[in-house]
Amino acid sequence: MTMKKRIISYTEAIREATAQEMRRDSAVVVLGQGVDYDRGLLGTTKGLVNEFGPQRVFDTPLSEDGMTGISIGAALSGLRPIHTHVRMDFLTLTMNQLVNIAAKARYMFGGVVRVPLVIRTLIGDGWGAQHSQGLHSWFAHIPGIKIVAPSTPHDAKGCLIQAIRDNNPVIFIEHFKLYEQKGEVAEKLYVVPFGKAVVRRRGGDVTLVGISYMNVECLRAAEILKKSGVNCEVIDPVSLAPLDMGTIVRSVRKTGKLIVVDAAWTSCGVSAEISAGVAEALGTKKHLKIERIGFATVPSPNAPALEKHFYPGAEKIARVAFKIVRGTSAKLTFVGNQGDVSNGMTEKV
Amino acid sequence: MTSINTKSASSFDVARAYEMLYLARRADEELGDAVKQGRVPLPVHLSIGQEAISVGACLALDKKDIVFGTYRGHALYLSKGGSLKKMFAELYGKVTGCAKGKGGSMHLVDIGAGIMGMSAIVGTGIPNATGYALGLQYQKKMNVVVNFFGDGATEEGAFHESLNFAALKKLPIIYICENNEYAISTHRSRRQPDGGIAARAKSYGIPTEIIRNNDSIAVYEAVKKAREFILSKNSGPVFLECLTYRWRQHLGPHEDFGPGGRDRKEVEPWIRNDEMIRIGKMLTEKVRNNIEGRVERSIRSATMYAEKSPTPQQSDLWTDVFA
Repeated sequence: MTMKKRIISYTEAIREATAQEMRRDSAVVVLGQGVDYDRGLLGTTKGLVNEFGPQRVFDTPLSEDGMTGISIGAALSGLRPIHTHVRMDFLTLTMNQLVNIAAKARYMFGGVVRVPLVIRTLIGDGWGAQHSQGLHSWFAHIPGIKIVAPSTPHDAKGCLIQAIRDNNPVIFIEHFKLYEQKGEVAEKLYVVPFGKAVVRRRGGDVTLVGISYMNVECLRAAEILKKSGVNCEVIDPVSLAPLDMGTIVRSVRKTGKLIVVDAAWTSCGVSAEISAGVAEALGTKKHLKIERIGFATVPSPNAPALEKHFYPGAEKIARVAFKIVRGTSAKLTFVGNQGDVSNGMTEKV
Repeated sequence: MTSINTKSASSFDVARAYEMLYLARRADEELGDAVKQGRVPLPVHLSIGQEAISVGACLALDKKDIVFGTYRGHALYLSKGGSLKKMFAELYGKVTGCAKGKGGSMHLVDIGAGIMGMSAIVGTGIPNATGYALGLQYQKKMNVVVNFFGDGATEEGAFHESLNFAALKKLPIIYICENNEYAISTHRSRRQPDGGIAARAKSYGIPTEIIRNNDSIAVYEAVKKAREFILSKNSGPVFLECLTYRWRQHLGPHEDFGPGGRDRKEVEPWIRNDEMIRIGKMLTEKVRNNIEGRVERSIRSATMYAEKSPTPQQSDLWTDVFA
């Protein structure tokens, strides 16, 4: 007898991970703007204040810097705070606390303290210049901070539980467009360990590494390209720090061609880090073709007519991949319906 | 000048206070000399002249109360019961230091003594201290956090964000501002408009007191009262502005009086009314000598410990990034 698959959304996976961990460990608290609203933070904290009370789930004043420092202090005292900053753009206000205290406390105090803090934050897109940025590369630059950007409901739950249990500061990156993704998620508690990339689709012609929501777009691009006879290997790094370069390098050793797609600018981005790592590992061994795709190198515009040239999507990824595989003069013609991901990994609502 | 009757100053332990004042002063004088001689590298920020604030406050605290300090934290560290020899070893860059040589003078820590790691960016520790108080409140622990910072920190946004939250949530925290009027060489009158520092805390509805003259007994009384008030009445935060003066330069062991620096006339009344000497005079010469002898021996022993301790290995560079 086959078990019925339990399909839930990314939003619900986050909510479930939080609630289950809060039941298991009374040290876990949730704070941030709007976390105790009826709908919670975009549905991800819905109902938590009713179950756990206002001492464990609470709204905050508009003091991003101070409140982040306060979360760190609470973590030092033995709590496990989950601090939400709805837009990653707002983390610019928290840099001092996250970079100079959270990331460094354990090291500069000789290993006698720990900061078990989770920062939940959303990136992209469609909200203009100050509400759409992906700033994960800034934090990936700093020793002492972990960063994870799950792209599936299964990984969202497992990574969040791992993040909560981790005794270090973890930045948990979500994406607006991932919230509606649905996928299979076990009801029990489980962790997804950090530092392990996932090969979401196997293929021999080109390696696509898609970060966060871009992984979904890479899978769509792979479907488009399959119709034209190009087989993509799609890798989801999941964890950006620590980063599993081994899985990526193994794939590019096979395909010789790498495209990294990030929900961020490419200059000095995580896509640059991955490209450099692959070039260092394989550069002298074979002829490589490497390309990075990300936001257009301008601030994020508001008008939809401009947005479509700003954010990368499946069609652009497919065009670039086609050129990289078939040559710069090759032109990809789109066949049939390119909108769906039909490899069974995730289903769009 | 307050007239002193040691018996009537409630439970203020004069001998203990003198030992703490003498220890903080002599340790920093020795460390200052070590910097001059190249035995201890910069950065080092000495507490000389300001010790009375830490001593008075810590005398009123329980071992399990928590303190947060700053890069100018030697006197606080010692007054709260931090290990003297581990502090010396830390400044000498040895692996036996309180932070294994990785923090230095600006990042002293001794968790067992309730001394949370000190942070060097002005104002950064204030939210951390406030959050720790939130943690104590949540865990229903009958202890307070005492957060020390300077006058410059009251200009940082984080100061205001923290006091706002602490007052809102009635957190068990005593904020102590050691106001020495200077941020390096910039006098407070060039950084803040009229109104004073205590008024800033008052604007958040926080009860405040100003303590003058480096009076360690007055600081002790105020902290004792605040602590009892907070723990018995859930009153929320208390703010103490303690006027004091730094005798040496901002960073390093030398003085900074003269052209381009501070006016020597400013420090003279503080030296004439040295709190360490004032408290010492309340004791008999015999008791005083005993205390001084004991402290001098501890400092010599700590210096030898630091000098003889091993330096960290290259492999130590890579440890303790993550828990």
